[in-house]
Amino acid sequence: MTDTERHDFDVVVIGAGGAGLRAAIEARQMGARTALVCKSLLGKAHTVMAEGGIAAALGSVWPQDNWEVHFRDTMRGGKMLNNWRMAQIHALEAPDRVLELEEWGALFDRTPDGRILQRDFGGHRYARLAHVGDRTGLEMIRALQHRAVSIGIDVFMECKIVRLLQDPRGAVNGAVGFWRDSGSFVTFGAKAVVLATGGVGKAWKFTTNSWECTGDGMALALWAGADLIDMEAIQFHPTGMVWPPSARGLLVTEGVRGDGGVLLNRDGERFMFNYISPFFAAETAATIEEADQWYANKVDFRRPPELLPRDEVARAINSEVKAGRGSPHGGVYLDIASRRTPEEIRRLLPSMYHQFKELADVDITTTPMEVGPTCHYSMGGVRVEADTEATTIPGLYAAGEVAGGMHGSNRLGGNSLSDLVVFGRRAGRSAAEHAMQTPGDRVISEAQVAEVTRHATSYFDNKGTENPYAVHHDLQETMQSLVGIIRVESELLEAEDKLAELQDRASKCTVEGGVRFNPGWHLALDLESMLAVSNCTTLSAIARRESRGGHTREDYPGFRPEFENVNMVTRLVDGKYVVVQEPKPQMPDELAKLFEEEAH
Amino acid sequence: MAIDTEPAAATPPAQPPAAAPKDLVMRLWRGNASGGRFVEYRLEPQEGEVVLDVVHRIQASQAPDLAVRWNCKAGKCGSCSAEVNGRPALMCMTRMSTLPADEPITISPMRTFPIMRDLATDVSYNYEIAKLIPAFKPRPRDPDGLYRMAQVDIERGQEFHKCIECFLCQNVCHVIRDHEDNKPRYAGPRFFVRLAELEMHPLDTLDRRDYIRRVMGLGYCNITKCCTEVCPEEIHITDNAIIPLKERVVDAHYDPIAWLGRKIGRRPAPLPAAQAGEYTGAAHAQPAAGPAPGPGDHAPARSESGTGG
Repeated sequence: MTDTERHDFDVVVIGAGGAGLRAAIEARQMGARTALVCKSLLGKAHTVMAEGGIAAALGSVWPQDNWEVHFRDTMRGGKMLNNWRMAQIHALEAPDRVLELEEWGALFDRTPDGRILQRDFGGHRYARLAHVGDRTGLEMIRALQHRAVSIGIDVFMECKIVRLLQDPRGAVNGAVGFWRDSGSFVTFGAKAVVLATGGVGKAWKFTTNSWECTGDGMALALWAGADLIDMEAIQFHPTGMVWPPSARGLLVTEGVRGDGGVLLNRDGERFMFNYISPFFAAETAATIEEADQWYANKVDFRRPPELLPRDEVARAINSEVKAGRGSPHGGVYLDIASRRTPEEIRRLLPSMYHQFKELADVDITTTPMEVGPTCHYSMGGVRVEADTEATTIPGLYAAGEVAGGMHGSNRLGGNSLSDLVVFGRRAGRSAAEHAMQTPGDRVISEAQVAEVTRHATSYFDNKGTENPYAVHHDLQETMQSLVGIIRVESELLEAEDKLAELQDRASKCTVEGGVRFNPGWHLALDLESMLAVSNCTTLSAIARRESRGGHTREDYPGFRPEFENVNMVTRLVDGKYVVVQEPKPQMPDELAKLFEEEAH
Repeated sequence: MAIDTEPAAATPPAQPPAAAPKDLVMRLWRGNASGGRFVEYRLEPQEGEVVLDVVHRIQASQAPDLAVRWNCKAGKCGSCSAEVNGRPALMCMTRMSTLPADEPITISPMRTFPIMRDLATDVSYNYEIAKLIPAFKPRPRDPDGLYRMAQVDIERGQEFHKCIECFLCQNVCHVIRDHEDNKPRYAGPRFFVRLAELEMHPLDTLDRRDYIRRVMGLGYCNITKCCTEVCPEEIHITDNAIIPLKERVVDAHYDPIAWLGRKIGRRPAPLPAAQAGEYTGAAHAQPAAGPAPGPGDHAPARSESGTGG
């Protein structure tokens, strides 16, 4: 295997969604020789599916908005589990990153005086999301993609990274992958590697996530010895399509509610008023009359409960359906038709109009949508240092959904796109600086490369009956039913056992056909990542005996003081997954004051 | 060309009992750069499926190594482009209920691009063209650090930004579909949309007109609108991007009388339909199984001569 194709770079970025593109751009602009490696074609990453907008306190609609308000909203939305420093950096830098996208060609919707228009979203005090109708992610990825191409970044498309490479001291010095088309292996030598591979939604049955979201970066980090944090925090977006079956889980943007849409049960009741938790009662409208006045006057009125953070809304929908007040296909109604004119709906929500028309035969300008919770986002991820995005392994950085900390136990809508560019840029910068301080070429261990390729191709030698598609199907069923939106210890323990069985079955998967563009083989390798991450999620979920944000325990409802200041850290020790509780970083007094002031 | 047109394979099965759901018959192109054939798969229909769902079920149950690209399955990433019953489309947005129920459904890869394997094609041509586009060059920001643009001035650009790069427009453009040798000197509809978006961007300061004419090959396009017809994002590629682009390019290079003529409302006449390739709207609605896209063969027989229609 010593004749493997080899490329050497200063910085290798794995993943070409918003975070990976922004990291690669930054590293390249810093003068580092930079490679961008992605599992799909360039411009197809899951970022294109982001709809509603990018959160930044630009203050162009509500001048009262500023970074402190955004910071506070983000922390409260995350139920205070967020890494405070990441939330602060994010709120401070997001406006500059949005303006930068505009400088690279993005065309955000405008205010009457020509500035960037901002839209309402759940958990945000003011209209804060810069957007392009309901296809903001596409706009963002294209602006970044064009920028990356124009500055000559080397892009390696349809290349799946299987393992990171490390020097004898453990520092990351490269990665091994294969071309999906030819199946031949390729080694990247690197002075620094940035993980920007996104989330792991494909481990669940009903998900908004695209094919690529198999937790690759989290698993690569884990296998290299890095820490993951708060893996129990999985966001179930309240509004996914529930019908037809094949479209189940597809995202229905929160922008529908931001633009006035309301949630109704079978009886036509705006049930969200029955689910206002004490944590948010002071800032949420108590009556329909008050809620409806808020859209035009955010100073004197409080936010409608439909715009509570996503974890709150998802749990409420789940409860309504369980109580027998759901829609015919097991969701609830999301009604924009009675709240906006058909012209407004088509202008504000063109993709939603198109999606329901094409896939469900539903005209959302006349008919309410049927929606229900769907697995959307992993708040947890690779543990990083807030300012530099350095992981616990030298030479390895992480940004975007693959990293943990920024969003605490629940992410606010719109904070993901801003996260990608804020921390993508910082990760690219840190990686380039690290590379420049690292003299000489990296010495890659041929034995490591050979071991990775031997392992990856071993699936062709298996002579069993296990099929990767069947194992994936069963993994999705397991995570959906046992590690879903509402969790309980007995089921989590059952999931642990099932995951062990699935791990065993996955290792015996037999791949038919050859190495050339063979999705069965690709899935067998993606399963390794999904299983590793699912194990961490389940272990963390067992350990956190409280309910917080995206982690809801039926047997431990509500916050518990002993977990308030705790990150759940998962890592591999001697080939076994372990979870330990570590204190989360404490915010300085001047920031803590922002929350005291709001308490009364 | 290595095409399997064995009629035996396409013979309809005996009618099942009336109560049983009738099996779907799917004919998928399987093969690689050196050849291939249509392979038939049968499976039960399920409610509300799109073509990609059925392809995934075939993959999971009968053909685990079936190569097919897809990412979002929501019409947003433009990965799963193929030719369904001869018609270029996104598999994730083509509902099975819109296809004839009693006939085999044929899925072949995009014909304009070289085959990688099965339904996956080598679309690198597009990424090479993308590198040739002169980048966005904005004017300086306003003194307060912002850019100001009126909504009305960006709406045309926003239409172009809807492009999901599915490359179906490139696939049907006869300039390259039927003439491989044009590829090096022709950007294609996707990139005319990109160039139009740059040219009409309120902040952009670069003049690309001469480059569009000389290097991007805009003149090869004879406005047959094949691209517009297949665009899943319903971008008016011809009317809103290509024709205005042609007018701008002409403005920069030709005489003032022609310019005046266009000012008073005349449009350049399209070339005769005979040159228009096969994707001419209604004429194409009738499904045709089409011949297999052969190895490295970019001008196989037209789909009208196919066997499955």
